[in-house]
Amino acid sequence: MIQLADPAPAGGQRLLPNLFRTTAFKLTAVYLVVFALFAAFVLGYVAWNAKSLLDDQIRSTIDAEIQGLAEQQRLGGIRRLVQVIERRSRGPGASLYLVVTPTGERVAGNIEALQPGTLDRPGEKEIQYARSSEALDQVNHAIVRVFMLPAGFRLLVGRDVEERERLRVIIKRAAAWSLVLVVVLGCFGGWFVARRVLKRIDGMTDSARSIMAGDLKGRLAVSGTGDELDRLALNLNAMLDRIGELMSGMQQVSDNIAHDLKTPLTRLRNRAEEALRTAETPEQLRAALDGAIDEADGLIRVFNALLMIARLETRQISDSMAPLDLAEIVDGLGELYEPLAEEAGLSLSVKVEPGLSLTGNRELIGQALANLIDNALKYGKPEGEAPATVEVTARRVGDMVELGVADHGAGIPEADRARVLERFVRLDKSRSKPGFGLGLALASAVARLHGGAVQLADNAPGLRVEMSLPLAPPAVESPAVEEPAGSTSPPKPAGFQSA
Amino acid sequence: MRLLIVEDDAEAAAYLVKAFREAGHVPDHAADGLEGYALAQGGGYDVLVVDRMLPRMDGLSLIRSLREQDDATPALILSALAQVDDRVKGLRAGGDDYLPKPYAFSELLARVEVLARRRGAPASEPTTYRVGDLVLDRLAHRVTRAGEEIVLQPREFRLLEYLMKHAGQVVTRTMLLENVWDYHFDPQTNVIDVHVSRLRAKIDKGFEHAMIHTIRGAGYMVRDTAR
Repeated sequence: MIQLADPAPAGGQRLLPNLFRTTAFKLTAVYLVVFALFAAFVLGYVAWNAKSLLDDQIRSTIDAEIQGLAEQQRLGGIRRLVQVIERRSRGPGASLYLVVTPTGERVAGNIEALQPGTLDRPGEKEIQYARSSEALDQVNHAIVRVFMLPAGFRLLVGRDVEERERLRVIIKRAAAWSLVLVVVLGCFGGWFVARRVLKRIDGMTDSARSIMAGDLKGRLAVSGTGDELDRLALNLNAMLDRIGELMSGMQQVSDNIAHDLKTPLTRLRNRAEEALRTAETPEQLRAALDGAIDEADGLIRVFNALLMIARLETRQISDSMAPLDLAEIVDGLGELYEPLAEEAGLSLSVKVEPGLSLTGNRELIGQALANLIDNALKYGKPEGEAPATVEVTARRVGDMVELGVADHGAGIPEADRARVLERFVRLDKSRSKPGFGLGLALASAVARLHGGAVQLADNAPGLRVEMSLPLAPPAVESPAVEEPAGSTSPPKPAGFQSA
Repeated sequence: MRLLIVEDDAEAAAYLVKAFREAGHVPDHAADGLEGYALAQGGGYDVLVVDRMLPRMDGLSLIRSLREQDDATPALILSALAQVDDRVKGLRAGGDDYLPKPYAFSELLARVEVLARRRGAPASEPTTYRVGDLVLDRLAHRVTRAGEEIVLQPREFRLLEYLMKHAGQVVTRTMLLENVWDYHFDPQTNVIDVHVSRLRAKIDKGFEHAMIHTIRGAGYMVRDTAR
């Protein structure tokens, strides 16, 4: 097979074919054609104007001559006229005269030969003639007027237009030369501009290629002129910076994951090893295995949470956004966690403003709120005189719904508040309690998926976590999966508002 | 109980077959979707356990095809995809339950047994559940034990109702969360245990025989131990 498309021609060798393909060159070619047409039009217009000016001059000269001759004829008849003409014909100049008899014989004048039929009719015309004093084969152009004289004589008065012809030749030549100049200069200019642009584009392509090959620190050159290529380069550089940030963020996250999963895996391994070494009764072995399974279940939960966060962040939740009643979720979760709060020595109060509805995924919002409540129950035990309560509120703030979970525990220092929303971030104080530091990260990812955010505030004392979600449905695609025809409806999809 | 396991991973399938056999059931195994479909069409199974991703014919298509032929054999879908929308897709295809991998066998067993029981159950639910001297009247929303009325919160009532509906069967914590609270997410802590122990305090306190039993490593069961 013949390779038709040349994927990447090496810069130098193929400069010319490359050149013809550049946008700059194509633009230059188009402009060249347009400009040449324009120049031709201007030149043509000038030439036409000059010609009519000259023609007018010639005509008025002829008119003056005719007036003179008419005067002579009035004074002395044809004889006098012929004499005057003979005299004038001998003088140099561009004026032409001819008097002929009714039979067509020349009586007087300075024209040797005429286009046949010229004298048949009176009036103005443009003719070809030969001057008597010159060689017969030299044909000239002239504007003439023919008159009928008494007794069948005819008179022709005219003027040579050689000057005009010369002007025409000059203009023609000028037009030709300017066309050549326009084409040559245009081609050169186009080539120059295109080559300049091409050089910069090639430079950018080379940089991009080396960046793709792994030189992630590399950036595109910026000339500093602020033109469109510079703007493109600046934007691409900004994009590369962003990619770099994301990559280092991802690197950090995967480092964290590896590190944080190592701990429970080590614990699991140690427990199994210890059981092998020390357990003597089947009960002891069984207990060790139970512990190992618990540990493994914990790890599975971590992985589920991690996968969920990743999917939320890449917005892979295509389905299951539906209108939902916030009060139902908040009240339900309040009721679910109430006994747990009591066991922890806390009282859980739930306050929901009525009529809050939004579009979202019930499971995800439920999970996020459950995480927040669970955190509050874990860390929200007051140390001093503060009331031992955890308040769960849902209220409207502007066009957002604010879900708040507030406790009177130790709280989180302001400096750490942004950080704890990241994966696996656990503050030192909480390291002794169970957990992996994914709850807030998951809640934050859920809020972002719904077009909202999670913020941490001081509850003086304690922590107040606010998850804001837009009241109006966000423009997240929620294509309802078609119910397959003929299938029985699922027995308990009640967990999901069917889309 | 006869059940069909459609699972392409040989090791996982062998483990399931062995475990179900030990639990006193009669499992058959199919290694791909088409074979599973052919076996299921032969009929006679109480429950199908179908892996979602299978060679030749995927699990969802298998179930959908069966449903199109009015075969209502309960089907449980096993899947490595555990996201909310995958679950919805599985149930929409006609699956009756959905269990994400990795799962605890006790969880799978409990769910399969509930599915099998449901198949044999009469179409309309009884208005009263009775386990020993414990009686739950669904219409009057009344619970009595040995003739004494026990006052329950609405959620406690639903919890007991679900446990009694599946009396004699293991009910896992996840099943309770799904069916009583209608939540399909991880509650992070032992919330369900706290609710069950509250209920237990009302039902069993002061009585000689406990009704609500904890099944180690699996869940709970309501059973009359008086006899």
